[in-house]
Amino acid sequence: MLDCGLDMTSTLNFLPLPLVQSPRLSNLPGWSLKDGNAFLDKELKECSGHVFVDSVPEFCLPETELIDLSTVDVILISNYHCMMALPYITEHTGFTGTVYATEPTVQIGRLLMEELVNFIERVPKAQSASLWKNKDIQRLLPSPLKDAVEVSTWRRCYTMQEVNSALSKIQLVGYSQKIELFGAVQVTPLSSGYALGSSNWIIQSHYEKVSYVSGSSLLTTHPQPMDQASLKNSDVLILTGLTQIPTANPDGMVGEFCSNLALTVRNGGNVLVPCYPSGVIYDLLECLYQYIDSAGLSNVPFYFISPVANSSLEFSQIFAEWLCHNKQTKVYLPEPPFPHAELIQTNKLKHYPSIHGDFSNDFRQPCVVFTGHPSLRFGDVVHFMELWGKSSLNTVIFTEPDFSYLEALAPYQPLAMKCIYCPIDTRLNFIQVSKLLKEVQPLHVVCPEQYTQPPPTQSHRMDLMIDCQPPAMSYRRAEVLALPFKRRYEKIEIMPELADSLVPMEIKPGISLATVSAVLHTKDNKHILQPPPRPSQPTSGKKRKRVSDDIPDCKAVKPLLSGAIPVEQFVQTLEKHGFSDIKVEDTAKGHIVLLQEAETLIQIEEDSTHIICDNDEMLRVRLRDLVLKFLQKF
Amino acid sequence: MDSECSRLLPALCAVLADPRQPVTDDTCLEKLLDWFKTVAEAESSLLLLQENPCLVELLSHTLKSQDMSARVLSFSLRLAGIFAAQENCFQYLQQGELMLGLFGEAGPVGLPAWSVPSVRSGWIQGLCSLAQHPSAEQFLVDCGAVDTLFSLQGDSSLFVASAASQLLAQALSLSLQGRDTPQLGSQDSDWPSCARSIVGHLEEALRSRATPQVTQALKVLTTTFGRCHHPWTQALWMQLSPLVTCLLEKDPIPAAHSVADLFLTMARSPVFASSDCDLWVMLVRTLSRLSPTQAGPLALGVCKLHVCPLALRTQAFDVLLQPMACILEAAAQPPGPSDLLDGTRGSSSMADTLLASTSSCAGLLCQSLAHLGELQPLSHSPRPWPQAPLLEATLATLRFCNGSAVPLSSVGVRLCGILAGCVRVQRAALDFLAALSQGTGSPDLVMKVSAVLLEYLRSPDSSPMVLKKAFQATLQWLLTTSQAGGSCDPSPHSQPFIGELFPVMQKRLCSPCWEVRDSALEFLTHLTAHWGGQPGFRQALLASDAPELAKQLLRDPEGYVRASAVAAMGQLAARGLHASSAHPEQPGAQQKHLLPELMDILSSDSEGFPRRAVMQVFTAWLRDGHAEVAQDPERFMAGVFQVVGQDLDWEVRLQGLELAGVFLAQVLGPPACPYAAAPPTAAPSVQLAEVLRALGRVRVLEFAFHTLFDCDRPVARKSCDLLLLLRARTAPDSRLQGAGRCPDTAAVEATLQAWQEGKQGQPLGELGPEVVVAVLWMLDLEGLQATLAESSDHVEQSPQSLLQDMLATAAALDDHEADCY
Repeated sequence: MLDCGLDMTSTLNFLPLPLVQSPRLSNLPGWSLKDGNAFLDKELKECSGHVFVDSVPEFCLPETELIDLSTVDVILISNYHCMMALPYITEHTGFTGTVYATEPTVQIGRLLMEELVNFIERVPKAQSASLWKNKDIQRLLPSPLKDAVEVSTWRRCYTMQEVNSALSKIQLVGYSQKIELFGAVQVTPLSSGYALGSSNWIIQSHYEKVSYVSGSSLLTTHPQPMDQASLKNSDVLILTGLTQIPTANPDGMVGEFCSNLALTVRNGGNVLVPCYPSGVIYDLLECLYQYIDSAGLSNVPFYFISPVANSSLEFSQIFAEWLCHNKQTKVYLPEPPFPHAELIQTNKLKHYPSIHGDFSNDFRQPCVVFTGHPSLRFGDVVHFMELWGKSSLNTVIFTEPDFSYLEALAPYQPLAMKCIYCPIDTRLNFIQVSKLLKEVQPLHVVCPEQYTQPPPTQSHRMDLMIDCQPPAMSYRRAEVLALPFKRRYEKIEIMPELADSLVPMEIKPGISLATVSAVLHTKDNKHILQPPPRPSQPTSGKKRKRVSDDIPDCKAVKPLLSGAIPVEQFVQTLEKHGFSDIKVEDTAKGHIVLLQEAETLIQIEEDSTHIICDNDEMLRVRLRDLVLKFLQKF
Repeated sequence: MDSECSRLLPALCAVLADPRQPVTDDTCLEKLLDWFKTVAEAESSLLLLQENPCLVELLSHTLKSQDMSARVLSFSLRLAGIFAAQENCFQYLQQGELMLGLFGEAGPVGLPAWSVPSVRSGWIQGLCSLAQHPSAEQFLVDCGAVDTLFSLQGDSSLFVASAASQLLAQALSLSLQGRDTPQLGSQDSDWPSCARSIVGHLEEALRSRATPQVTQALKVLTTTFGRCHHPWTQALWMQLSPLVTCLLEKDPIPAAHSVADLFLTMARSPVFASSDCDLWVMLVRTLSRLSPTQAGPLALGVCKLHVCPLALRTQAFDVLLQPMACILEAAAQPPGPSDLLDGTRGSSSMADTLLASTSSCAGLLCQSLAHLGELQPLSHSPRPWPQAPLLEATLATLRFCNGSAVPLSSVGVRLCGILAGCVRVQRAALDFLAALSQGTGSPDLVMKVSAVLLEYLRSPDSSPMVLKKAFQATLQWLLTTSQAGGSCDPSPHSQPFIGELFPVMQKRLCSPCWEVRDSALEFLTHLTAHWGGQPGFRQALLASDAPELAKQLLRDPEGYVRASAVAAMGQLAARGLHASSAHPEQPGAQQKHLLPELMDILSSDSEGFPRRAVMQVFTAWLRDGHAEVAQDPERFMAGVFQVVGQDLDWEVRLQGLELAGVFLAQVLGPPACPYAAAPPTAAPSVQLAEVLRALGRVRVLEFAFHTLFDCDRPVARKSCDLLLLLRARTAPDSRLQGAGRCPDTAAVEATLQAWQEGKQGQPLGELGPEVVVAVLWMLDLEGLQATLAESSDHVEQSPQSLLQDMLATAAALDDHEADCY
């Protein structure tokens, strides 16, 4: 199984979970059907024309119907965003296999899960809505609830216990480490340049190679650069995790982020940045580190609020070997690789586990707050949206591309605060993909259907799709696809003593052949040629042999033949040996030599020769020997 | 040649001839050659050689010595060429077999040193110098130089190859000089031997299948037709044109760029322009045969010709318009594209080139936009300038580049993909858009221009350079539209546009990229300079945060940005616009703070640019009577000169003198009119004395005297000019001149003397008006001005100094050799 990400966009259909009692949210009117039927008004609330489920947010799980997940042997994880559904798989499906991931992926993935669990669990909500999920009722609901797919499979968030259990099934791997899977294939993680510890995977046998490219970046940000060279010579390259906003250049967006941040703070407003506790935030803090002095923002406090803020900031500094070269060299100076250490030291950046406690004492405005969750449905961000939403001096800047900012803002309407959308997605865009594919030259590319056509809103933008030769094979949800290659060869090992006994004969310069008589031993997808057992001693008794002794007898081996029969010379030879009245006919595949007198046919074809004569074994053997004179034997 | 140089020359020649004393510095030899060239132009070379036999000895030694360095060998060849440019001297050298030895087949051509490119280059340059007279023509043939030149045309060194082609052209001209066209019939025997040989070689090369050889031949012809406009060039063309015609038959045309160069050179020659030769027909044919990228430069050349058939000019114009026509067609929305090409559509080959790849598309569009930009100001356009369609096409290009175009055609869709995010094309298109502002545009089109420019200014994806170009284009369009309205005000259409510009500008002033902040500040400065007095603009500006943000940038970490912020704030303050939006009614309240802030930058900024900018602002403020300065100019000036006197940046000091000049002009009043009938009347002495005292108080005089001996020549010159101006105004006042050599004057004189000697620390004594006048008249300001007018290294540049330096270097090398023992 390649990755197991969690679709969190389902949470956008739910009302936010406020940290403190929100009169506005509690007083939202219940929704009733057109005919006035209000049986759903406890479950569904209406806010500025949108309907939301008033319940604990639920998540959309990976597809579980298509295959029995208990039969999955291995899960390969690409990056920490792609493992958020892991507890659902490992704890509830009978999965008994192994999960492979790099250390930073596991550690930061744990932080993301911990934050998620914390956000949900610290605001317990008694109510759980399920009535609306009834298919007959769902049909009656307004969009987007009406169009939500597989709502019956949506699940509440997992617990920390499940997280810990899931993570215990992960086996840590390092870049370029070769991991043997049941002798059948070897898997290798490669740096993908997107996030700390993010990987692409090579899955290869001796003769086939499949690359799985997911969430990669060619930009110079904090992680180790993408390893492109190792992706070369792939039979199939499975490509996914491209940028979600192909028209937004990350550099331009960072500029936009800084400008809007500065303008807001200068006017006395506060800036709210809904974000994940790891990833782009490191780059944003680095950028702000360089920017705040020039923009005269040195005295503006920056707050990072997350249950895992401290761990995230500290973890980032210790994964030196997973960082880009510049940051790695800093470690040897020794200096912290990320400048947010200095921001913390100089009190410009302060971090808190939540808005409760120390934060309320230190809180000073105007300020900049980085906090989660980017969906605006849970976490401390809900509090700040409620607090600052009424003033047009304040700004919320969206940098995470995973959620539609308009949908995220829907339950906060009407909203006075300014909203800026600066999605910073460093993953590959289509120009970079096209360069990558030219460089790597896979025989086939397999990708989601969405990548093979321009975005629906910009159907003329042919540059916003994958353009490669041969055209990429696309797949859609729940589609079963046969990868375009066949396993035609297997590597077989020859035991040394058997190899010693071989006598190769050169049939062409550089090509030698030898006949081998051996026993093929196959175990765990490994094939070994072993010397044949010595001829069995004739058994004295008539006792029946045991099955295990039933090994093939070694009969006298006939020599193998090679070469071509020159027809003219062959006819001359026949004549010399007394055959007369010989006729040669050309056929599509070769020749027929007709011995009319002997009523015999010799069919000579490229890969076979047949002597057809009626019941005259002597004649056949004579003719066979004449044929053999023209062929090499070994 | 002066005697001192003559005296030094033998020693120098001995050094040059000595292989144990290698000349390591090429520039010395170059300077020496320049000097010999000057000497040879001024006097007889023959006499020079006779008076300085060491020179001939050096040349002879070059011939004999086997281990002569390549540098000196090359030098000797070039030197011999310079002398042999005069026919009598050539013959003198020829008598001694020197010329044949140096340039003949037995010369360096056969030596191992020939493998050094500088020797081959020296050999060609020597011949180039001497190929001036009839004797030289024969010599070129006799010594076999022409054949060597043929082979050198394909030399691995591009300099040598190019020089060889040029020398062949020169030899051809020399050979045919003075011959009438009728004498040059089609028979080979009619041509002089040297010309025959060269023309034969050209014919052979033009027939060759190898493109490099064709290129070489075309280059020789281009040089020949470019340099020489004699009638014989026509005969030469008659002889060679069939071969060139054959080249045009080939597909693709070999050496297309060289063919285009040749035709353009010929078209500029009066010989061909006025004749009925087939040049114009060939140009028509060539334009239609070349690929779009190759045809562009030729078409531009044709359009720039002063004499040219109208049909050809029209064709060339259409070639230049073709890429834009293609763009227009690709971007067309119903009811179809605007007409750019008089009904004809963009050609299919053009579309193919545009769609081939990003690089070919960008290359062609950039070339086309640049060419059209060059063409726009020219008056002799074959058709009315298609302003509106070109504007449409440029806007379409910009929309393709930023992805905002929604084309319906398949070509448009593909162009969209090819051009998306192409910075090169964006820059070229914005440049051209700015150039198009010189023409008119319908209000609709101007609105479209504004919309596209706003898209670019707003887009986070605009690179800093693209943004700068967008700002420039915006300014140009705003200027044009306001001028078109017949007033200085922004036009009514522009007012909402300006309103939309401020939020954009504010955001750009906060950009993390310093280039963007810098461009935004420059834009703000220009806008304020043009429309700072207009109520609508003032209102929009004061309602925005732009002034406050600009003020903030006075403390920017980047020096260039601080400098631009100083300029912007200076301009805003000059218009009373630097108050923040919070206090639009009380501009004065903040005004007070700007002067100290600028003074602080002047005295403490670590970089020169911001300090220079401050001085420019101060100069403008003083000149325009800015309120803050006008209140107490003396105090202001004293404060400035206290700081500027210590500044290490020469441009700041220079700007200080500019400021002093403005102050001086203000306190002295306007100068007398030189054409007035009455003699100039002197300022009353009492008034003049007061002026001089004031100048002393504000430290202008001390600064001017100090900078008179500034180590940077432009500063010293400016100071000299300033003091001369002051002296001229004191001239008529005899009473003030009476100070003579009073003790104070002597003290000041001593101090100035010390300053001149570099002892800058000594303070200047009391500067009473009489002392100032006395010192002004005592100083040899005219002499100083003349000295400063010379280049700063005129002493070091003298030939004598050069010879001494070279000898000294050789001696130093000797010393090192001695040290080895």
